Amino acid sequence: MSKVKTIQEAVELIEEGMTVMLPGFLGVGTPKALIDALCEKRTGNLTVIYNDGAFPGVGIGKLVRCGLVSKMISTHTGTNPELVKAIAEGLIEIELLPQGTLVERIRAAGAGLGGILTSTGVGTEVEKGKTIMELGDATYLLELPLRADVALLYAYKGDTSGNLVYRNTARNFNPIMATAADLVIAEVEHLVDVGDIDPEHVVTPGIFVDIIVRGCD
Amino acid sequence: MTLTVSPKDIIARRVAKELNYGEVVNLGIGTPTRVSNYISPEMNITLQSENGLVGMGAVAQPGEEIPDLTNAGGQFVTIVPGAAFFDTAMSFVIIRGGHVDVTVLGALEVDERGYLANYWIPGRGGPGMGGGMDLVVGAKRVIVAMEHTRRDGEPKIVPRCSLPITAKRMVDLIVTDIAVIRPTVEGLVLREIAPGLTVDEILAKTGACLIVPDDVGEMVA
Repeated sequence: MSKVKTIQEAVELIEEGMTVMLPGFLGVGTPKALIDALCEKRTGNLTVIYNDGAFPGVGIGKLVRCGLVSKMISTHTGTNPELVKAIAEGLIEIELLPQGTLVERIRAAGAGLGGILTSTGVGTEVEKGKTIMELGDATYLLELPLRADVALLYAYKGDTSGNLVYRNTARNFNPIMATAADLVIAEVEHLVDVGDIDPEHVVTPGIFVDIIVRGCD
Repeated sequence: MTLTVSPKDIIARRVAKELNYGEVVNLGIGTPTRVSNYISPEMNITLQSENGLVGMGAVAQPGEEIPDLTNAGGQFVTIVPGAAFFDTAMSFVIIRGGHVDVTVLGALEVDERGYLANYWIPGRGGPGMGGGMDLVVGAKRVIVAMEHTRRDGEPKIVPRCSLPITAKRMVDLIVTDIAVIRPTVEGLVLREIAPGLTVDEILAKTGACLIVPDDVGEMVA
């Protein structure tokens, strides 16, 4: 069964106040058309899970500029002065965490795990409020699973059943976020028929993807 | 005409001499990125980039950018034969799991314990730790590459970090534009100083106590 919808149909399902996972690294690997449509629809008060601040007006930076973000769960904001300013002014709440911890919390949620133990953050500000565990000679933080209402993915190629292939460093958080949201929407640059992608080359199996949209629509 | 080398390049060139044949290396944004300019192909170094790449090549020439192929600083880059792409979970399996031999990072402060601070300035906010905390925890060797003092001349090598620390780990080496310093359990040991400078001049620009052995060498250019 085809999962293909228009971008308008897809963003209709995203509501005010939702938690949205967006993959990407400084804008690379982030869906463009879906973000444009969200800005047009002005769906606000979003909690956004994204690696960094990207750049002003680019990727997640566009959602920030449109004033649609109320909270960011992120590892780095420094590349986007508009985001840094909004955080300083209290317009956007920030939860800052290490990148390896962010991805493993998302993976844990998608993998049905109750959390993960990591040494990263031990003895730093990151450990505040968290359960600290001593096992053998090592000290770990218990980091809990992180889910979202919706994940908006970006893939180079996808088939109508949702199988996805990425390109170069645009893969980053995409395959992990695909597993950890109630609704998964993938924007693809090239849409092909079922069977056109060699099963050996599929990176994200279509079972994780609910809706597929064409980026160029 | 005298050719002057920038402080950043002096640092990068010296850091490159710390790398061994065949190692897997992650270079941070800024000065550390320049280290790649001083690694010869014969060294067989593999560069890892936390946005999902091993086998990173040079920065792409203008007009030769490849879509969706960037480094952790967002610059378009090239790849070398044998390169591989992967997702962020795999990237941090490599980093946190001890599969990176050397990480080279910038720092805002380093202290007498060998701890570094490089991710947050209270009140000003940002920039954020990105992959830095995982790299400092997981890499086999950590090299700090930074200018010896702040822009206003204040020391960056201090008795105790005033900024939030990145990890509770003693870094392996500090390379600045004027000195090479090795943290030890006894304290910070001055190993090399830049040509033309005296030990006293280094001490004057350093907030922390330095142990000065008899055999302080000259920084190799």
